[in-house]
Amino acid sequence: MTAVGAARPVGVTRPVRWRKGLDWVAVHSLGLALGLMFTLPIVFVFLTAVMSDSQAFTKDLWPREWHWGNFVEVFDKAPLVKYLGNSMLYSLSATAGMLVSSVPAAYALAKLRWRGRNVAFLLVVGAMMLPPQVVAVPLYDTWSGLGLTGTLWPLIAPYFLFDAFSIFLLRQFILTIPQSYVDAARVDGCGEFQALVRVVVPMARPGIAATALFCFLYTWNDYFGPLLYTSEKPDRWTLSLALSSFKGMHHVQWNLAMAVTLLIMVPAVVLFAFAQRSFVRGITFTGVKG
Amino acid sequence: MTATLERVDVARTAPAKGRSRARARHRLTVLAFLAPAILGFALFFAYPLVATIGFSFTEYDLINPPEWIGWENYAFMFSDKLFLTAVYNTLWFVVVLTVARVVFALGVASVIARLKSGVGLVRTLCYLPSLAPPVAATLVFFLVLRPNEGPLDALLGWFGVEGPLWFADPVWAKPGIAAVVLWVSGDLMIIILAAILDVPQEQYEAAELDGAGAVRRWWHVTLPTISPVLTFGVVNSIILALQLFTQAVVAGSAASGSADVTGSTKVLGFPENSTLTFPVWLYTQGFRYFDMGYAAAMATVLFVVSFAATALLVQRMRRASHQEAS
Repeated sequence: MTAVGAARPVGVTRPVRWRKGLDWVAVHSLGLALGLMFTLPIVFVFLTAVMSDSQAFTKDLWPREWHWGNFVEVFDKAPLVKYLGNSMLYSLSATAGMLVSSVPAAYALAKLRWRGRNVAFLLVVGAMMLPPQVVAVPLYDTWSGLGLTGTLWPLIAPYFLFDAFSIFLLRQFILTIPQSYVDAARVDGCGEFQALVRVVVPMARPGIAATALFCFLYTWNDYFGPLLYTSEKPDRWTLSLALSSFKGMHHVQWNLAMAVTLLIMVPAVVLFAFAQRSFVRGITFTGVKG
Repeated sequence: MTATLERVDVARTAPAKGRSRARARHRLTVLAFLAPAILGFALFFAYPLVATIGFSFTEYDLINPPEWIGWENYAFMFSDKLFLTAVYNTLWFVVVLTVARVVFALGVASVIARLKSGVGLVRTLCYLPSLAPPVAATLVFFLVLRPNEGPLDALLGWFGVEGPLWFADPVWAKPGIAAVVLWVSGDLMIIILAAILDVPQEQYEAAELDGAGAVRRWWHVTLPTISPVLTFGVVNSIILALQLFTQAVVAGSAASGSADVTGSTKVLGFPENSTLTFPVWLYTQGFRYFDMGYAAAMATVLFVVSFAATALLVQRMRRASHQEAS
């Protein structure tokens, strides 16, 4: 800055403003480049998805003809509707079950006072951090003993009791509700259950929405669980699992595989478009902040 | 910013009479709220954790009853060449991903934080890939990193560089997978971005008065203030790298050309076991070869390592909340 100022004795304001302008251009072109870097792969996938069979997987980046029919054709090549149904069943039931079980637990961790609360919270954090592969052997053993492998039950059932990440996230949200609101409800003669339903749930609605979104997305994207329990039973495959073997299955061309890759992302993108604010707030809360 | 672990509300003074009855009622309420969670924790975490350690001392194929064999499974690890390969691969991901993910997310977040306009747009664009299922994200990169014909190799071609075989090359398969993981690290970016935007403006102004330029302000003000979030990023990345499974399986099977992801053991680890991560080998042993005892022993090792990483985070969180409280 000093060098520029010395060379131009006219005044400090002009070079400073000029430098700030340059800074603005530099930062914004960097931002734009980053945005492009993250989006371009999806653009390539899209362009490949609408190519003809023969053009896909050549050096061409731009489709010669636009085959929109590819997005329909994939439904003939594989029972996508069935996979979609399984994915929906898994994600929606798990999310519903999570809400029933985790909201009260999170409330108890955030707003009720009891001995062992901090230890319980640490256990939740510990469970959240545990790689799913660690407990896979005994769980598989149990579910197979019950004859329930090859169904979606092993995937869905746990959510009706305990989902560590959701409890953690909901607790962080409920903590931000001022204690005075909860106390006021108690003074008004509400029991804890009423305080939860009438005061905490309405106030934590954005947080609950965010947690439900993450739960839906996590289960929708899950691969290890469906692979473990349903890989032998193609009737029960979810979209994520089916996509992983989509190309090998019917010698499907890459344009169609890419079309499915795009289709599987649609629900997440739609949800994100509608609830971006909840999303961002929720992600922020998963950090140490909260 | 509120403290994380301890946030005890102001003690409510209850009248001495009927206190014990109220206390019993209160205890019952707490129990009612927590009942499903306690049951779920016992069934899906506490029991299987103990059982994993138990199974790890047995030979068990899911059909015949488990047979006690002591430390044999653990001893076998040292002669299992693929176990050592898997340990190496996972350690590679732990080191590379932890550094790359935190540095990358911090870099992107720092750029976004400096934008005067278009913050929302750029943030959305950078986060969008994170919505992709890991299977889809890996296939996306399989397309982008296609040898010779893919977009990236085309770009490299303009500079006269011949790209490697990526997912088909034992040296480049792991970096390819790391690129997939970086592409979908939008959540860490958003967490770091929020922390940067939370840094009190006065601190920057004070530093500016002291004559600090943008870079020095970033180094001396931004970084120290957001360091708890960076710790979170490190631990989060370690855990993520320790359980890296989906991307490795999908990349290996797609590159091998058979794409029979749901089982073939020839495909896992392709090429030349370079994508055989610890969880992939655990899965193969337990659920393809049905050597449940050995898989349980590996799971126990994985548990010990990830527990250490988690303990590190919890300790840091506690310290941070104590500092805030004082």
